[in-house]
Amino acid sequence: MSFLFQIFQPNMLSQPFMVNAFLSGSIVAVLAAIVGFFVILRGYTFAAHALPKIGFAGASGAVMFGVNPLIGLVVFAVSGALSIGLLGKRGRHDVITALVLVVALGTGALFLVITDNYATGAYALLFGQLVGVSGSEVVEIAILGVICIGVLSFLYRPLLFASILQEGAEARGISIRLLGMVFLVVVGITTAITVPVVGALLSFSLMIGPAATTQYVTHHPFRSMGLSVSISLFTVWSALTLAYDTGWPIGFFVAAISAIIYCLARFTAKRNPITFVRSQMKPKNL
Amino acid sequence: MNRETVLELNHIGVQFGNRKVLDDIHVQVKAGEFIGLIGPNGAGKTTLLRVILGLLSPTKGSLQISGKPVLHGNRAVGYVPQKIHLDPNTPLRARDLVGLGLDGHRFGIPLPSRKRRQQIDEVLSAVDALSFADAPVGRLSGGEQQRLLIAQALLTNPRILLLDEPLSNLDIRSAYEVVRLVSRIGREKGIAVIMVAHDMNPLLSSMDKVLYLAKGHAVMGEVENVIQSDVLSELYGYEVEVLRVRGRVLVVGGEETDLDVLDLVEGSHCNGGDVMIQ
Ligand SMILES: Nc1ncnc2c1ncn2[C@@H]1O[C@H](COP(=O)(O)OP(=O)(O)OP(=O)(O)O)[C@@H](O)[C@H]1O
Ligand SMILES: [Mg+2]
Repeated sequence: MSFLFQIFQPNMLSQPFMVNAFLSGSIVAVLAAIVGFFVILRGYTFAAHALPKIGFAGASGAVMFGVNPLIGLVVFAVSGALSIGLLGKRGRHDVITALVLVVALGTGALFLVITDNYATGAYALLFGQLVGVSGSEVVEIAILGVICIGVLSFLYRPLLFASILQEGAEARGISIRLLGMVFLVVVGITTAITVPVVGALLSFSLMIGPAATTQYVTHHPFRSMGLSVSISLFTVWSALTLAYDTGWPIGFFVAAISAIIYCLARFTAKRNPITFVRSQMKPKNL
Repeated sequence: MNRETVLELNHIGVQFGNRKVLDDIHVQVKAGEFIGLIGPNGAGKTTLLRVILGLLSPTKGSLQISGKPVLHGNRAVGYVPQKIHLDPNTPLRARDLVGLGLDGHRFGIPLPSRKRRQQIDEVLSAVDALSFADAPVGRLSGGEQQRLLIAQALLTNPRILLLDEPLSNLDIRSAYEVVRLVSRIGREKGIAVIMVAHDMNPLLSSMDKVLYLAKGHAVMGEVENVIQSDVLSELYGYEVEVLRVRGRVLVVGGEETDLDVLDLVEGSHCNGGDVMIQ
């Protein structure tokens, strides 16, 4: 019992910053898992990997100019997403993503050098920090998160259609390019609100880990998304708890827990042969 | 046979820059007809399909579908894209893929309903895919995925079904199966089918007419009338020869080696050594 109390310290949630961390962490966990489902489906993992770092450069710029880092994160991550979408060739974003990433990181390095005494702030942004989110930021994160989830639910079907059968979707009147842009912007915003909680270096693992894990468990799209969200919430909640106990970075715990769950799923998954149900109907005469 | 005309192409021309890809294509397609769209690489087959889908406006001429001008996203035209490349772990069941054909263009999350399920089951049974309706789509075979793509295109009750090279990547047996399936559905439902193929042999017994494209021009008619040395020679603008070997057709170029090699390779690939070279 005392061991459990050491992990789940009873006074943890009496600390306002922990409440903030749990609230924003939960929103981010739900959103990242849903976005991750589509990121994997569309093969945008490199963009999802690059955007947090691009956002990080924005945050260092914001600190330099003395504005809210969240604003810097959103501006850089969203403009990064837009550049990738606008300049990328149909379905191929890798090269342009790399270029945008390099430019952003260079700018970020410059901001960091100009702003002295920013080492601790940079460390927090890179690895996540329990006191990283203030009460007003929780509200901002919640608003952005709800908007993103709303957009994704609205675009669910066309996005799925275009991700699986691009030409078919196009023939049906869906604007592939516009849809791709909107989705990238959602990835950018998701990134921007994930970074203050989990950190820029490892927030990528929250987006990819749970969605990649569920592929080994189910191929039912709704169940897959539901399971991703549950894994993601579990990951964030345990990471926050453990970070509170140990003082180690949240990003480390998020990455480690995601990786462990992924490996468990991958190596215990039964590769069931596809079951063919015997048709109830009489075979048709050809 | 007095069936209604579902597709009318009036002197269609398509030009990219100053390059004419299609020139003066003038054909009519009737309900329930099975048309094989044949031609060498770069002949403009895909371009023609994109025009019919309303994804590309022709630089010359006009077209009508069931007497109406063509709109982008027209539900009267079903489209079967080429074989898709899906990750084996893609989190979708076969029926989810097919369901995209029903309401994939609508906004919002699909609400499961008995009617939706029934519509999907019906079309799955039409392509004999009910037995793997709940299987992970990424792990099905090429032929099975092809049947799902056809089912997906049938869900809007189209008047015209366009298939762009559905037989590439299929072995001969699956290719014949897909052709028979599509022609049966077309006949049953009165859907006009336009199937693009490099090798016309799997289509020979099923197609009503062949639409042969070469050098931007087209001829359409019954196979016996179109696939003739003199007709195709005129189309290509140089001497080609049509060989009929053991019930198979082979188009062999004269001096021009591009066509020569292409069709010989296709032919020999499909009938395993029956090719004759003079
Ligand atoms: N958007 C475009 N811009 C410029 N040229 C194009 C465009 N689309 C097609 N073309 C050209 O038009 C020609 C016909 O292309 P199309 O894809 O229709 O050929 P195809 O008959 O489908 O060939 P394949 O058998 O290889 O699929 C090609 O030479 C191609 O390069
Ligand atoms: Mg083509």
